[in-house]
Amino acid sequence: MTIEAPPSDLDLSGEAYALASEEILFLYEMMTLVRRLDERMLGLQRQGRIGFYGACTGQEAAVIGSAFALKKKDWVFPGLREGAAMLLRGFPLSLYLCQIFGNEGDLLKGRQMPCHYSDRSVNQVSWGSCVGTQIPQAAGAAWGMKFGKELSHESRESPIVMCYFGEGATSEADFHVGANFAGVFNLPVVFFCQNNQWSISVSRDRQTASPTIAQKALAYGFPGVQMDGNDIFEVYRVTRAAVERARRGNPTLLEALTYRMGAHTSSDDPRLYRDPQEAEEWAKRDPISMCRKRLESQGIWSQKEQDSLETRISDQISRALRKAEGRPSPPGKTLFQDVFAEMPWHLREQMALLEGTDNACV
Amino acid sequence: MAEMNLIGALNNAIRLEMRRNPSTVVMGEDIAKLGGVFRVTTGLLDEFGPERVIDTPLSEGGIIGTAIGLALYGVRPIVEIQFSDFIYPGYDQIVNELAKYRYRSGGQYSCPLVIRTPSGGGIKGGHYHSQSPESYFIHTPGLKVVMPSDPYDAKGLFLSSVRDADPVIFFEPKRIYRAAKGDVPEEDYTIPLGEAKVRRAGDQVTLLTYGAMVVESLEAAEQANQQGIEVEVVDLRTLLPLDIEAVLSSVKKTGRAVIVHEAPKTCGFGAELSALIMEKAFPYLEAPVTRVTGFDTPFPYALEHDYLPSPARILKGIDYVMHY
Repeated sequence: MTIEAPPSDLDLSGEAYALASEEILFLYEMMTLVRRLDERMLGLQRQGRIGFYGACTGQEAAVIGSAFALKKKDWVFPGLREGAAMLLRGFPLSLYLCQIFGNEGDLLKGRQMPCHYSDRSVNQVSWGSCVGTQIPQAAGAAWGMKFGKELSHESRESPIVMCYFGEGATSEADFHVGANFAGVFNLPVVFFCQNNQWSISVSRDRQTASPTIAQKALAYGFPGVQMDGNDIFEVYRVTRAAVERARRGNPTLLEALTYRMGAHTSSDDPRLYRDPQEAEEWAKRDPISMCRKRLESQGIWSQKEQDSLETRISDQISRALRKAEGRPSPPGKTLFQDVFAEMPWHLREQMALLEGTDNACV
Repeated sequence: MAEMNLIGALNNAIRLEMRRNPSTVVMGEDIAKLGGVFRVTTGLLDEFGPERVIDTPLSEGGIIGTAIGLALYGVRPIVEIQFSDFIYPGYDQIVNELAKYRYRSGGQYSCPLVIRTPSGGGIKGGHYHSQSPESYFIHTPGLKVVMPSDPYDAKGLFLSSVRDADPVIFFEPKRIYRAAKGDVPEEDYTIPLGEAKVRRAGDQVTLLTYGAMVVESLEAAEQANQQGIEVEVVDLRTLLPLDIEAVLSSVKKTGRAVIVHEAPKTCGFGAELSALIMEKAFPYLEAPVTRVTGFDTPFPYALEHDYLPSPARILKGIDYVMHY
């Protein structure tokens, strides 16, 4: 762990944010669920049952550990691999799967590719695939929270924003723009960079000449911290410190050093660009195995508990899949909804054309 | 009632909305202390303070990106992009984000906000202070696009835009910022989006136009009148959603349509208007729909008055459809 900015009010001592045993078990179970879910979904993709999938395999600690540091009222601006933050924060798995299938059960009405999850019930904002666009938006929402507090003169604790992105996003203008606004206006946001070493086929060295991503924070006037993104205890502790700093009204950049153990997505083939030995090395630091070892050393986990957990998770996923799969596509008319709050004449005309109710339109 | 120019009417409108809705903020480059390079936001800082009237870093992408986040959270941003030529660093945020939030979230999230931006030429502004980029935004589902041509409309359309449920790109014809003057009520009123206005009635030729070209078109119509040709001038005011009924009722009456805009011809809004008229009023046409527009060149400096549609060029268009 390296602190790349001058001393700040970040409390990284580790004492303040100790996890209780049941919390540790919960996080371990969540990480395992995410791993198994990703495996099942990639299997479904190979069978042609879903169109696309982007797994977070290898990054479970970074996602789950950081999202656990949030409160319900906080907002999440995700990237591709942070869907599981929604599950952690209470979004039902069957609805999550409906989004992957893009069927009539999908609250997004089948409008996004798989893995572009969002839902207002868990304050997870809709993500666009153009990398980095969420970063200035996250700063803006944090600005809104600050403004709301000023406006209402409320003393109660205000929400904060968690903004996820990969190391590749730090090459985009939007990263610098968002960080700059957050620094200038001192906004309650945590920028969480999942440095998983690869942006599809381009390695981290090609993204930036900076020795760390975290040090980029220095230029924007707030602290940056690089941490072991595969150690869920470190991820939680450091993120929690940054979240508390955000609650006091200040931004932080976090860099989680982690590794994308699988392909970028189901459309990718890493054999074309990376040495398999690299993945083998990182597999020794699998975040789930690391956590399990710790649980076992504390005497609160054994193969018996593992077997029982695997059965529970497998049943949970199967049950949710049965609820979600096989439902029809969203009705045709939904194609035209939500472009605007009220449908203007030209969309009404085009909807009638699709439905065949107005032969007069061309 | 008071006589105001476009700048004064817009300043008055923003002020009224900020008084009415405490969640409204104004943000942009040089808009607070300076009051904007065209002074549209003069005096707002004094009345509403630095939390609501915000000089931002020099970053159009950052202004628009953060405004989206503010709007998602429930704040009402009134964004100024200093010149519409400068809007492109924020283009991805507008096209892929702002315009699509409602849709891609299944209606769960929306970001109602107004982006005000001066556009058009005729001020010796050269390439980077003169362009008319409205078509890029009209072409993007999820955005409303407005361009007033006089102070009364500017205020009423702005107050509708800033209360709309969806994002609005509000183009301000900078060439007539100070030249366009008129009586404007000092109290609150709105003009609904999507309603055109007949600026001059006539029954032989329809001129379809908007923004600063309304002034040129009215001048051309006056000159045509001296030649005995009765020209109707329809000021579209809102480009999306378009007032298709106003367009069709005028064209069906006259049988001749000339479209006038400053933006380049190819894929300009005139192309869409022309296609709509062909689809919906073909049997009524006495002549091909004709376009008088900026040329398909970058916006020039020394030769801008050759580039811009003038009353003389518009008259040629009128002449063409009258004698087809």
